[in-house]
Amino acid sequence: MRTKRRYGWHRYINIITVATTLTVLFVALPILWMIISSFKGPSSINTNVILPDPWSTANYHTAFVQYDFGKAIATSLIVTICSTALVLGIGTLAGYGLGRMPMRGKFPIMVAMLMISVFPSIAVVAPLFLIMRTIGWLNSYQALILPYTAFNLPFAIWILRNYFLGIPKEMEETGRIDGASPLRTVWSIVLPQATPGLFTAGIFCFTACWTEFLLALSFNPTLRTIPVQLSTVGTIYEAPFGIIFAASCVAMIPIVILVLVFRKSVVSGLTAGAVKG
Amino acid sequence: MADVELEKVIKVYPNGFTAVHEVTLTVGDGEFVVLVGPSGCGKTTILRMIAGLEDITGGVIKIGEKVVNDLNPKERDIAMVFQNYALYPHMTVAENIGFALKLRKMPKDEIQRKVKEAAHILGLTEWLDRKPAQLSGGQRQRVAMGRAIVREPSVFLMDEPLSNLDAKLRVQMRSEVSRIQRQLGVATVYVTHDQTEAMTMGDRVAVLRDGYLQQYDNPQVLYDNPDNVFVAAFIGSPSMNLYEATLEPGATAVRIGSQTVQLTEQVRIARPALMRYAGRKVVVGLRPEHLPASTNGDGPELKGNVDLVEALGSELLVHFTIDAERVIAEGAHEEDAEDLLKSGEGVARVDPRASIKPGTTATFSVDVERMQFFDPDSDAAIRG
Repeated sequence: MRTKRRYGWHRYINIITVATTLTVLFVALPILWMIISSFKGPSSINTNVILPDPWSTANYHTAFVQYDFGKAIATSLIVTICSTALVLGIGTLAGYGLGRMPMRGKFPIMVAMLMISVFPSIAVVAPLFLIMRTIGWLNSYQALILPYTAFNLPFAIWILRNYFLGIPKEMEETGRIDGASPLRTVWSIVLPQATPGLFTAGIFCFTACWTEFLLALSFNPTLRTIPVQLSTVGTIYEAPFGIIFAASCVAMIPIVILVLVFRKSVVSGLTAGAVKG
Repeated sequence: MADVELEKVIKVYPNGFTAVHEVTLTVGDGEFVVLVGPSGCGKTTILRMIAGLEDITGGVIKIGEKVVNDLNPKERDIAMVFQNYALYPHMTVAENIGFALKLRKMPKDEIQRKVKEAAHILGLTEWLDRKPAQLSGGQRQRVAMGRAIVREPSVFLMDEPLSNLDAKLRVQMRSEVSRIQRQLGVATVYVTHDQTEAMTMGDRVAVLRDGYLQQYDNPQVLYDNPDNVFVAAFIGSPSMNLYEATLEPGATAVRIGSQTVQLTEQVRIARPALMRYAGRKVVVGLRPEHLPASTNGDGPELKGNVDLVEALGSELLVHFTIDAERVIAEGAHEEDAEDLLKSGEGVARVDPRASIKPGTTATFSVDVERMQFFDPDSDAAIRG
């Protein structure tokens, strides 16, 4: 069968590029609209005008000065970074243990973790609230760091365990013969090779903690994270979308940076184990 | 420097499978010993037990007079080279080679000096800053060797280190590994399933099958005087022609299929035990080179229908068929080859000038003094 060869820009048009472009537009347009609108003044935000006229940073100013988004960002950063660090630290050791160490009852542990990871947080928010109140942790960083770590650990352990399983055992055995302790083996030999897995687990955990709302609202009504602070902008009579958009844009920045910087690692982390090579 | 001793070493896995049955062998100081056998024969398990990567169920392993049964790998003063090299991909060649020294907290300049020395021996000096991914298979193999030699261990353990290389490079690296081993004079245990590698590299070769040590001797003895049918079939390429046969009364001749081959007095003197088998069935073995093309017609001969002639330049490999039952030593050949062998096929190695054509009947002289005899029930060699 002969096929017609296309020349010039025609060769870029096929069902795959069209479908991809449409999907990307579907996802990206609202974000683009949000970014553009965050620079609009209050008079033009609810109109059909596409571009702001004039461009204004007033929304950003209001968000940071009036609504104290700087503090919310700091709170979110502390909670998220601490949780992610804990998840990666514990996840690495647990993942290595479950993947490599001789241990009884590995399977039940893995299943139990999987169950925890699909637990709806609404089911645990009330009992957790009572516990937090009893131990006096409400409105504290640890009130969020601890549950965030617990809820994100199973996924991280799964990802890291699979990653460790893909590293040839002989490398660790060489390490043992060379005189490396198990901890040194993990640190110097296993972890450097599992960086895509670490990035993937890290970014997923970071995003989950950064955007979490329910627990943050319940446990820390005054020490607010970004999602909670966003929900407090405006009143029941008025929604100042410009300010909300501006705050949302700022809230997006860390995640965008993380994904852009580590995108290669994340993609390879997600596809790890698909093909054993 | 030290020697290695295995005394009645047993390995039973938790599922009850016995991988190694009471293996006893000694590796002398500076000796190059090869463990060879088909896959699943327990050779890698033995190596891993010497390394301390696998617990031993019974017996004693000594390295330099010291019992090491319960010592950690790092306390055994050994170095191991793995089949897949197990190089650390995130480290440069120099870091890979120097990693063990770094763990010993050796001063940096000392590490550098030793790494350079090892790299010099292995011809890796110009690659020291590269990562393993940027190296060829042969270079990676040498880095793995470098990592082992830099530690100056008492014993080298190598687990099929050449099997990932292509055929030509493998031959090169074979002599390279032997050269380095002799240069360093360290006791070495080398595992392979390739009998050619075993024969060319080992000072002594241990042939294993199903966890049992079949024979442990220098390569020439294994080749000339195999202890049993398995060793006879496993060692040598092309392998020994093994046929069911019947010894005539008085052991004056042996009947192979419909043909009779006269035995000389020397054969009976060399193997007095043959007389006990007079009139009984035996297994006879003939190496391909002990079946040269017959030129003058006197002396014992064997006729065969020629199926295929492979001209190798220096010799002809003549594949022929006779009407005798071929004896197969299970596991000594690849499975496909076993199927091919089932029909009385044999191979003779003859002079390239002999005019032998496929489809004809060829006559081969039989070097009866080199003929091997085995008990058909126990598979053991008939000697003494």
